[in-house]
Amino acid sequence: MPSIVKPLVSHPSLSRNELGLTIRDYEGSMSTLCAGCGHDSITAAITRALWELSTPPHMLAKLSGIGCSSKTPTYFVGGAHGFNSAHGRMPAIATGANAANRELTYLGVSGDGDSLSIGIGHLCHAMRRNLNMLYVIENNGVYGLTKGQFSASSDVGSKSKKGEANKMSPIDPVQLALSLGATFVARSFSGDKQQLVPILKAGLSHRGFAIVDVISPCVTFNDHEGSTKSYKYTRGKHLVATESDFVPPSGEIVAEIGQVGQTNVTMHDGSVLRFTRVPENYDVSDRQAALKYLREHQGEVVTGVLFVDESVPEMHEMNNTPQAPLGSLPFEKLCPGSGELAKLMEDFR
Amino acid sequence: MNPSDVGNPDYFHKVVDCQWACPAHTNVPEYIRLIAQGRYTDAYMLNRQSNVFPAILGRTCDRPCEPACRRGRLPSPTDNGAIEKPVAICRLKRVAADHRGDISALLPKAPAKKNGKRVACIGAGPASLTVANDLMPHGYSVTIFEKYDKPGGLMRTNIPSFRLPEQVLADETDAILNMGVEIRYNSPVESLRSVLDEGYDAVFVGSGAPRGKDLELPGRRDTDRIHIGIDWLGSLAFGHTDSIGENVLIIGVGNTAMDCCRSSRRLGGKSVKVMARRPRAFFKASPWELEDAEEEGIDIVINHAPKRFVIEDGKLTGMEFDRLEWDAEAKKSTIIDTVILPCDDVILAIGQDNAFPWVERDLGIEFDKWGMPAVDEKTFQSTRPGVFFGGDAAWGPKNIIWAVEHGHQAAISIDHHCQGIPVTERPARGMNLISQKMGISEWSYHNDYNPAHRQKMKHVDLVQRFEDLHVEVELGFTAEQTAREVQRCLNCDMETAFVAAKCIECDACIDICPLSCLTIAADGPEELVRANLSAPAINPEQELFASKPLPQTGRLMLKDEDLCVHCGLCAERCPTAAWDMQKFELLISYAGTPAPTTSCAAA
Repeated sequence: MPSIVKPLVSHPSLSRNELGLTIRDYEGSMSTLCAGCGHDSITAAITRALWELSTPPHMLAKLSGIGCSSKTPTYFVGGAHGFNSAHGRMPAIATGANAANRELTYLGVSGDGDSLSIGIGHLCHAMRRNLNMLYVIENNGVYGLTKGQFSASSDVGSKSKKGEANKMSPIDPVQLALSLGATFVARSFSGDKQQLVPILKAGLSHRGFAIVDVISPCVTFNDHEGSTKSYKYTRGKHLVATESDFVPPSGEIVAEIGQVGQTNVTMHDGSVLRFTRVPENYDVSDRQAALKYLREHQGEVVTGVLFVDESVPEMHEMNNTPQAPLGSLPFEKLCPGSGELAKLMEDFR
Repeated sequence: MNPSDVGNPDYFHKVVDCQWACPAHTNVPEYIRLIAQGRYTDAYMLNRQSNVFPAILGRTCDRPCEPACRRGRLPSPTDNGAIEKPVAICRLKRVAADHRGDISALLPKAPAKKNGKRVACIGAGPASLTVANDLMPHGYSVTIFEKYDKPGGLMRTNIPSFRLPEQVLADETDAILNMGVEIRYNSPVESLRSVLDEGYDAVFVGSGAPRGKDLELPGRRDTDRIHIGIDWLGSLAFGHTDSIGENVLIIGVGNTAMDCCRSSRRLGGKSVKVMARRPRAFFKASPWELEDAEEEGIDIVINHAPKRFVIEDGKLTGMEFDRLEWDAEAKKSTIIDTVILPCDDVILAIGQDNAFPWVERDLGIEFDKWGMPAVDEKTFQSTRPGVFFGGDAAWGPKNIIWAVEHGHQAAISIDHHCQGIPVTERPARGMNLISQKMGISEWSYHNDYNPAHRQKMKHVDLVQRFEDLHVEVELGFTAEQTAREVQRCLNCDMETAFVAAKCIECDACIDICPLSCLTIAADGPEELVRANLSAPAINPEQELFASKPLPQTGRLMLKDEDLCVHCGLCAERCPTAAWDMQKFELLISYAGTPAPTTSCAAA
């Protein structure tokens, strides 16, 4: 627990976004996580992404479950809506909230335990529904809050702090997402904000379910020799598969013709995800190619936006729900009365 | 980029802007912390080590520390981002002096057994007194020649008692003289040869810059109502003058002019005008002295160049000025017209010169064509070994704190000269760097940033202050003001010390830094590195710290020292203690003490 709250005094030449806010306006409370936690770095990346996108704080909903990762929404955008749900239930709460008000930007933060153990079912169904949200997994391969047991994402052979090797095979959230039909799948590393911030911005702009698996070393229980989720290991095995820039809707798109690997993906809001480098014969809209690439590079930490498909309708579009938030609809429309119910029942006879 | 050389005491010293800017390198943050703890005596004695006259300087210092203060570069978080005022360092110095306890046991003492070396000092001003202060404890016999019957030099004759009460001056000069200094009052030195003939081992000339500049314009010699500023202030100090006409014009707009105009108001001047040739932005006077004068109803008139004194029937009735119009840099002017302003007295405060008519030119002491002695900038020795100059006597008017530092340096030279050590051998500075970590997220100092604004000094009300020439105008800080002001200090001596070998590049320090001081970036030429910092390095005067290459990626940890508030959050959020907050103490050697050794924990 830091001795003081981060002083409000800030650099005089901090720039302001379209709303006239500085990045300091997107901060939250002081983190109480361990010093050096990868999660804090992801918090800083999220703060930057939201500031750069000029997301109005009151139009953001932050959701989480239980775990170290799930504490972090408190640490960014203090002025946003937030819901800290039961363990693993964040996707369910997000689905409900999104169903009721599709106008907000939904950002869920979860961990490997919250998402891949207790909450894996909810995660799967959120992907199946193509719920319009950004789902960040802060993946450290360890149960930090309960003092360092292996988690569902621990690699075979990765050693615990006491030196014991993990024997059970891991669940890779990226492969899970690819196989379940998620429409935006990416991986990154808490120690590489240059890569992470544009990925988060693209994920926030994506129509549908965007999942970003962020390797986030646990300094206290999983940053030792023999760990496959340490800063050192991740830096050593870090393979940047795709490189991409995020170009906001108003930004200038410089046409680059004839360069190998140059692909522009236009996002739903008019922004562009511009891939500046993808592997040869790799198509970011080809689910199978992504899976194949991951299989071919087992043992490496493959990062970048690995798959994106903007063409799949998201939950509201599939269900043909009204545009306006339910709370803004007149009561008569939201609840047309027993006469209408009787009519509906009649249809089924 | 080359890694910063933090083993050199200068690196961290430079981060403590106030201490770096102070000619005597007073340890400002440390004495402010002592005041915060109520340890006024300790704060006073810490000041005295370097600046010798804390109570005097706490009222009269030119404060080079304050414009340098880091606080004065920070936008106020509570005031719409307006840039803050510096910490009231000088006022706090006075707080330490005002509330100090009995210091007699703590003052340096001269040993009973003398070392047999005799040193003469000419003039009993701050430079000579500092020489005596430094040499007496080592057994030297010091003799001071003073032209007046009281010590203090220009501190006595040029600073009116409403700014510096006589008792305050006397307390601090006595602390030195009571060590057994032989002081010969009423002994203006008329011949340096005769002093040298007395067989001193060394002679220090600290005779100041006692000659006020004159203004030879028509009418200058036709009246006795035109006064030279510093002479007039001197006659006031010794009670030879006690009145002045109702209409007074002060020519010149430096700090002496401020003392002259404010003194005139107290002696009966009703309409007192300070006449400046140039616009306000080009004034020499300290801004706070201008403010104090204006508060007392002084008119400050700009763009008026003196043309002639108007004498009618042998009586001064006014002065004629050209009214000027200046270009933007105040380099070129054109005359608009002329005006005559009525006056009963004119005081000239347009600068002062050194004068050495009493130094024979065949003593082996070289003078330049302006009559200034050739003095070595490091040793303060003249071209005649064993004769030293310091204070205003060396290179013309500066201020008290510079005179003190000259005295310290000259005392080292005199000691070397007398002990057969080359005067060019200067003691190196050392430093201590000590970790301030008390536990997890716990520091030995108050690391939070306090958004309080600079406290305003309360003044005696106008009616009361004009009743008597000796009523001190400034009342000093109240306990509440002191408590608030000490919290404004950023503790810049609590340095961020970094050990590259421990860094795991988790970014925690970069993410937490409130002032965006930190960056991890690839090595490259400094201009390129500077262009890619977390926040632009807007102040090129300030160091950019560069670490050795970091173990995991070979990148560098960079820190722009400019706006760091020394909150310690980088060190708190560092999982490996690669960052630490370490208290920097500059170790300075004075005459007769061995050169300090450096001890630091940072690699």
